Amino acid sequence: MSQLHRLSSGGLIDRAKPLSFKFDGKTYQGFAGDTLASALLANDVQLVARSFKYHRPRGILTAGSEEPNALVELRQGARREPNVRATTAELYDGLIAQSQNRWPSLYFDFGAVNSLLSPFFAAGFYYKTFMWPTAFWEKVYEPLIRRAAGLGKPPVGDDPDTYEKAFAHCDLLVIGAGPAGLAAALAAGRSGARVILADEGPMLGGRLLSDRRIIGNQSGPDWVKATEAELASLPNVRIMPRTTIFGIYDHGVYGALERVNDHVATPPAHEPRQRAYRIYAKRAVLAAGAIERPHVFGNNDRPGVMLGLAMRSYINRYAVVPTKRVAIFTSSDEGYATAHDLIAAGASVQAIIDTRADATISAPNDIPHFKGARILRVLGNKQVQGVEIELKDGAIRILDCDGVAMSNGWNPAVHLTCHLGGRPVWDDKTNAFLPGNVPAGLSVAGAAQGHFGLKETLADGLRLGASIVDELGFKASGITTPDTDPESLAHTPLWRVKTSKGKCFVDFQHDVTDTDIELANREGFRSVEHMKRYTTLGMATDQGKTANISGLAILGEASGRKMAEVGTTIFRPPYTPVALGALAGHHVHKGFRPTRLTPSHQWAEEQGAVFMETGLWLRAQYFPKTKNESWLDAMIREVEITRSKVGVCDVSTLGKINLQGKDVGTFLDRVYTGTFSTLPVGKVRYGLMMREDGFVQDDGTTSRLSDNHWLMTTTTAGAGKVMAHLEFCHQVLWPELDIAFTSVTEQWAQYSIAGPHSRDVLIKLVDPQHGISNEAFPYMACGAITICNGIPARLFRISFSGEMAYEIGVSNRYGDALIRAIMDAGKEFGITPYGLEALSTMRIEKGHVAGSELNGQTTPRDLGLIKIVSQKKDCIGKHMSERPAMLAPDRPILVGLKPKNPKSKLTGGAHFLDKGAKPSLENDLGHMMSVAYSPMLKSWIGLGIVKRGRERIGETIRAVDFVRGTEFEVEICDPVFFDPEGVRIRG
Amino acid sequence: MRIPCPFCGPRDSQEFSFLGQAGLKRPDPNAPDAQMQFHDYVHIRDNKAGVTQELWLHANGCRSWIVVTRNTLTHEITGSEFASPQVKEAAQ
Repeated sequence: MSQLHRLSSGGLIDRAKPLSFKFDGKTYQGFAGDTLASALLANDVQLVARSFKYHRPRGILTAGSEEPNALVELRQGARREPNVRATTAELYDGLIAQSQNRWPSLYFDFGAVNSLLSPFFAAGFYYKTFMWPTAFWEKVYEPLIRRAAGLGKPPVGDDPDTYEKAFAHCDLLVIGAGPAGLAAALAAGRSGARVILADEGPMLGGRLLSDRRIIGNQSGPDWVKATEAELASLPNVRIMPRTTIFGIYDHGVYGALERVNDHVATPPAHEPRQRAYRIYAKRAVLAAGAIERPHVFGNNDRPGVMLGLAMRSYINRYAVVPTKRVAIFTSSDEGYATAHDLIAAGASVQAIIDTRADATISAPNDIPHFKGARILRVLGNKQVQGVEIELKDGAIRILDCDGVAMSNGWNPAVHLTCHLGGRPVWDDKTNAFLPGNVPAGLSVAGAAQGHFGLKETLADGLRLGASIVDELGFKASGITTPDTDPESLAHTPLWRVKTSKGKCFVDFQHDVTDTDIELANREGFRSVEHMKRYTTLGMATDQGKTANISGLAILGEASGRKMAEVGTTIFRPPYTPVALGALAGHHVHKGFRPTRLTPSHQWAEEQGAVFMETGLWLRAQYFPKTKNESWLDAMIREVEITRSKVGVCDVSTLGKINLQGKDVGTFLDRVYTGTFSTLPVGKVRYGLMMREDGFVQDDGTTSRLSDNHWLMTTTTAGAGKVMAHLEFCHQVLWPELDIAFTSVTEQWAQYSIAGPHSRDVLIKLVDPQHGISNEAFPYMACGAITICNGIPARLFRISFSGEMAYEIGVSNRYGDALIRAIMDAGKEFGITPYGLEALSTMRIEKGHVAGSELNGQTTPRDLGLIKIVSQKKDCIGKHMSERPAMLAPDRPILVGLKPKNPKSKLTGGAHFLDKGAKPSLENDLGHMMSVAYSPMLKSWIGLGIVKRGRERIGETIRAVDFVRGTEFEVEICDPVFFDPEGVRIRG
Repeated sequence: MRIPCPFCGPRDSQEFSFLGQAGLKRPDPNAPDAQMQFHDYVHIRDNKAGVTQELWLHANGCRSWIVVTRNTLTHEITGSEFASPQVKEAAQ
């Protein structure tokens, strides 16, 4: 027979929609509207979890997101989610959940042996015990502890679901849709202000769904329904159920997590599982309610011990009687409401144990009523089997029961008020920490502000909602507070039962007991912040929602301080755990790192190119002739053909910045080390750019296309940084200069044609009216031309390879056509495309610096480029690059390096040492920056920096690479390995 | 965090990138102690706790360099303006 604990009528569940689910392999039935917790209780499943440290049997303590005990693994495989609170997991048909942190089974858990060893697991145990020997920590202690203690296991495999990020804007954000939140949203919504009402649960109403209350002439749930209907009819109000406001950030930014499809087995096609919002709100009302406080007494963690409101919630909302013979343990008149509801549901209330000797409220019917009494301990292990109580006169009694309902007053849910550093303040009147300095724009309403009565809460919500929209320029009207049924709120909290027997848990999730806190106090950890970290109180996934305040009170008692003196730790975002997937949203895989393709990409793919990522770009690394040709063989072939015939390479990824204005020359003089203002129209010049701290940040060429029109190129990787740097120089340093510039990197496709036949290829493409003979278009010339019968293009006679070379640029959309045209024209000359490997080899053969040398730690002098730093003018970084230490003769300088044995495969990052010198910082001469196999020299070669390198040309030193375990003798040489006179380049 | 861009209006701080203290004057390169002045210009900052003026680039927006007045203790932002007086004038 299933659902033995389900009531035959009542509740807010849909009995017409039965659902089947599995817990630990066993199948159960529930109804739509259930949570996993309520459905388990309906089936009298009390034992649902094992605790973190001691593996104690645990049941369900609460009916909300504050649940510390009932954590389960939900779903399976890649969708498995650990540490899900059964109290918030909505039931769906086919739901599969497992208990966690137990072996071999939940019922018989071997780890429970930890309980017997509990003296060793007290606070600070790790710090004291696992100190020695040090080597044991990683190999023995940590794996042991990790296996013994813990929560759920992470899922296996990639998450198959998608997540979204979204943005929302409103005048007023109402956080929580209990009575205060609904009232605030109603008052504000009626004024026409844009309101967002968010609640973590699937149904609005908050506490009104759990209690039997009357508002006006309606039941609580009916009033909620009517209010929701009115709000839904207002076009300016947006209701967001299943949405947790998890954090408050500066300037009215609120983090929200909408669980779009957590309540179904798998999200429907094209829908995300969850959606993370940034909500921008002019104002916000926090109406998060309050969390009931547990009592601290012996074995208060046994399955069957539950908070009073939670018990009422299971009865009234889910039509489930969690346990049928209940002892009420109360320090508050709330406990009597629980008794009434239990009786109405047909359960037996075994006794009301009221810790207040002076309680004035009377017990219903003739229930045994013990005033000034307390529970010393719970009997039973996997289920409450009775309680041992101490009466006012000291007499001890054993009471038969299978459940305990605790009511010890309320902790306002002030968590969000702490997110920007606010510290709650103790209030003696309400016996609670109330919001302290709250974030700008936030107001707190209802129980979260200490207004625990229903009428008070409704009035507070209405008043706040109305006054806020008034301040925002709207007009709230027609607001009257409805009448409510009478209630009694008297309470005097009892922080713990000092004469308890057995373990008294304060933090259920982290297994922190009252004696742990006393121990912390004894050992000097008396500040709340120290006690928290020493005991780990409040540091579990629930951030101690049910634990912290009792812990602080016990610390106060142990150290002889009042609550206000003890103070409180603060809460940080997120209010409840947020999956990283939700924060990432679509920004995963290619959505995180999009790919940029060059205009020749499709063509290169057709040629079988192997690509590599450079920044976001995909560039051809080499073009293998056959499937088996290695990168090295392909590179050698590409270099040899380019140097003997002709080659072509896509250089579109280089940054291109279009500069215009009469002051561009002046501007370039200030940002480049060289002089550009004297550059004639139709000429290109190489430029080196420093940061103001004197280190080189980028290099490239700049061409003067006309008097006031220039084109700068940057390195591929440096393009974005250089753009921001130039904008800084113009807008902040020299706004008076008449210049304007914009990035045109993606607007131009550009190819480098290099080699002895480069001009022969080009002549076939360039329209005949443009002379490109060596005389008409010499090295470092540039100009606008047309190609292939009138297509506008730009031609630059520049070379990175050291060969006679041209870069030809066309509008991006002609890029694909142009590479094909170049290859056609070059066919008769034996043209080859070449990739980054060949490009890099040729530049190293020529001693040109690139990314590895421009590493942000080298000055122009270090790179051997001092000759292109003009001494006639200032530029960014000049003074700093000339500080004495930067010019010290001992500072490493760029040289070439040739291994004594040409076959020695040099490695980048190897450090240089003199022969016989021990490897040490003092003996370090510098390091290798770039290496390549040179087809021209038939040897590996490298570029690196060496102390006094230029004075030591011809000497032999060692290149030592401890990472790769190699050591070679290398000869220091000039960095230009090939064609040092530059004959070839001038064609 | 939200930053009011004088051109685009209030925008999420994700759109901006931070440089540092605003109002530093690049030294006269011809001053006799220019190297020392440049050292201070590059490295020495007030690092004030309280109201500061900071340079931000609206990188994923209008690409204006702006000077933001922010209290580092409270994160309160009380104003922002274009770093370039020429741009400021043109905007008015």
